[in-house]
Amino acid sequence: MSTTETTYLIPEKRVVTTKPRFSDKVFRGVVTGGGLSSLVILGLIFGFLLYQGFDIFKSQGIGFITNSDWDITYDESGYVLSNQFGLASMLIGTILCAFIAVLIAVPISVASALYLSFYAPEWLKKPMVAIIDLMAAFPSLLFGIWAYFILMPSGAYWAKLLNNYLGFLPFFKNELRIFSNSPFVVSLILAIMIIPIITSISREVFAQAPLDRIQAAYALGATRWAMIRAVVIPHGRNGVIGGAMLGLGRAMGETVAVYTVLNIVFTINWQILVGAGGNVASMILLKFGEASAYETKALMAAGLVLFVLTLIVNFFSDLLVRSFGAKGK
Amino acid sequence: MTTENNGDQDNMETTTTPSSLSSVASSSKRKVINTKAMGTGLEARGVHAWFGNHHALADVSLDFAAGTVTALIGPSGCGKSTFIRTLNRMHEFIPTAAMAGQVILDGKDIYDPSIDVTKIRLQIGMVFQKPNPFPSMTIGENVLSGLKLAQLKTENKDDLLEECLVKAGLWNEVKDRLNAHGGSLSGGQQQRLCIARSLAVRPQVLLMDEPCSALDPGSTLRIEETIEELSSSMTIVIVTHNMQQAARVSDYTAFFLSDGGPGQMIEMAPTNEIFARPRDKRTENYVTGRFG
Repeated sequence: MSTTETTYLIPEKRVVTTKPRFSDKVFRGVVTGGGLSSLVILGLIFGFLLYQGFDIFKSQGIGFITNSDWDITYDESGYVLSNQFGLASMLIGTILCAFIAVLIAVPISVASALYLSFYAPEWLKKPMVAIIDLMAAFPSLLFGIWAYFILMPSGAYWAKLLNNYLGFLPFFKNELRIFSNSPFVVSLILAIMIIPIITSISREVFAQAPLDRIQAAYALGATRWAMIRAVVIPHGRNGVIGGAMLGLGRAMGETVAVYTVLNIVFTINWQILVGAGGNVASMILLKFGEASAYETKALMAAGLVLFVLTLIVNFFSDLLVRSFGAKGK
Repeated sequence: MTTENNGDQDNMETTTTPSSLSSVASSSKRKVINTKAMGTGLEARGVHAWFGNHHALADVSLDFAAGTVTALIGPSGCGKSTFIRTLNRMHEFIPTAAMAGQVILDGKDIYDPSIDVTKIRLQIGMVFQKPNPFPSMTIGENVLSGLKLAQLKTENKDDLLEECLVKAGLWNEVKDRLNAHGGSLSGGQQQRLCIARSLAVRPQVLLMDEPCSALDPGSTLRIEETIEELSSSMTIVIVTHNMQQAARVSDYTAFFLSDGGPGQMIEMAPTNEIFARPRDKRTENYVTGRFG
């Protein structure tokens, strides 16, 4: 080949296109519209919050996310005398509660997805899947009320136990000895709320584990557990991570359940068993009813910060877990 | 397996094989090599199989003598794949699947409730139609994956790795890249990797379900050579659609056929007899290419 003399000229590369049919154009328009709509709606909300909160960002500066005070004073005629808005405690509360919730929820969800995919008898499978899907659609207010009356007393009991044995860790310290209304209880209820999401996504990916590799593992004398570890979990890991991210998003944005359970206090609190804390969304709910026009702007700004925080946390946890996952291989 | 068995090796063919089939001149020489690890072969007694209400296989009794290669041939849908999957209890993974009859290994029914099925699958390995290496593992890890899956210990992993890859005829091609992923091999190499993987747990019996049907002729030839080499140390049962392949690799051939009802075993005989002088008219029609 290389010895023969080149007898041709290298031509221009052709642009290969196909003229789409009309029906295809219509379909493409519909699909594109659908695909872009969520982006547009998200952009509109972002724009609205930015517009509303712009004054606050200007007056508070970086203090809006680094301070922990939320004060506004008016004179008799309703004129704002002084104001100080800081979200630090709420932001930390948001992240703390959501991460602990995911930590609790992921193992339970993976176990229940594995049970449903590989261990549950056929007659139990369908009703259980239906119930779990129903749980995902359950109003969060009801979760909150249930948590307040039922989960909190027993949750406080477990919290005391944790404090007694692990109280030497700063994380589990509780000098106030008040165990109800704590971020710990909130994390429990958030975990219960996100378990259905993570379970159903994990179940979907586990069900797609390739049959030929499952059979290969069994044919090599694997027990069911060994097969799951060798085939199903490596195959489904990314799906489980995706489910956990969705759960994390929901836990960070959860409002009513957190509001019902938690004592919202504007102090930075890392001690999850202490009955004080907050998250951005529930704080907005708390303040929204009686806020003046100016404070409402601050709440909009807080909403925007939550919005951005959710994006950032999702991005970084995705990055982190993926790099871990790659090493784990 | 035991020393008692060792003493019986010379008689083995006549005791475990129907006497009319014991004179396979072409391949009788290699049958007494290394029978220590071979056990006493495998025996199916009156095996039936169902999928739901569909009766897929009826009353198959077959004897696989230690150290022999038996080919299962027959047209599509005759139940030969179903049958081979009852031999190491892979059949039961299909929902609604049921079976009847017995499969005897070392004098014990492998379907006996007291038997640990995972141990059975260690003794009776399987190679599938489509190569199915574990894609997240390296070549080396793939070969040794059975040890990990069954929680077996081995003294020297490197030796075992080399031994299995040599036996599977893959060593020379992969010895410099044992840390590459299994998926980076060609289809034929992947299939030989799967064979090496089955060998690592030292089975007495190796079941092969159309192992060459997805492969090119060159890879097919390599695998046939591998089967030839392996047959000195284990019992092999191979399902094949390719009658030339059956003629090339096997000592015995069993012909399966379904006449619309459940698949049945029509005839089993030494391979040269099946192809030269089949006793059943239907077998003759099939092996001479009149149908199927």
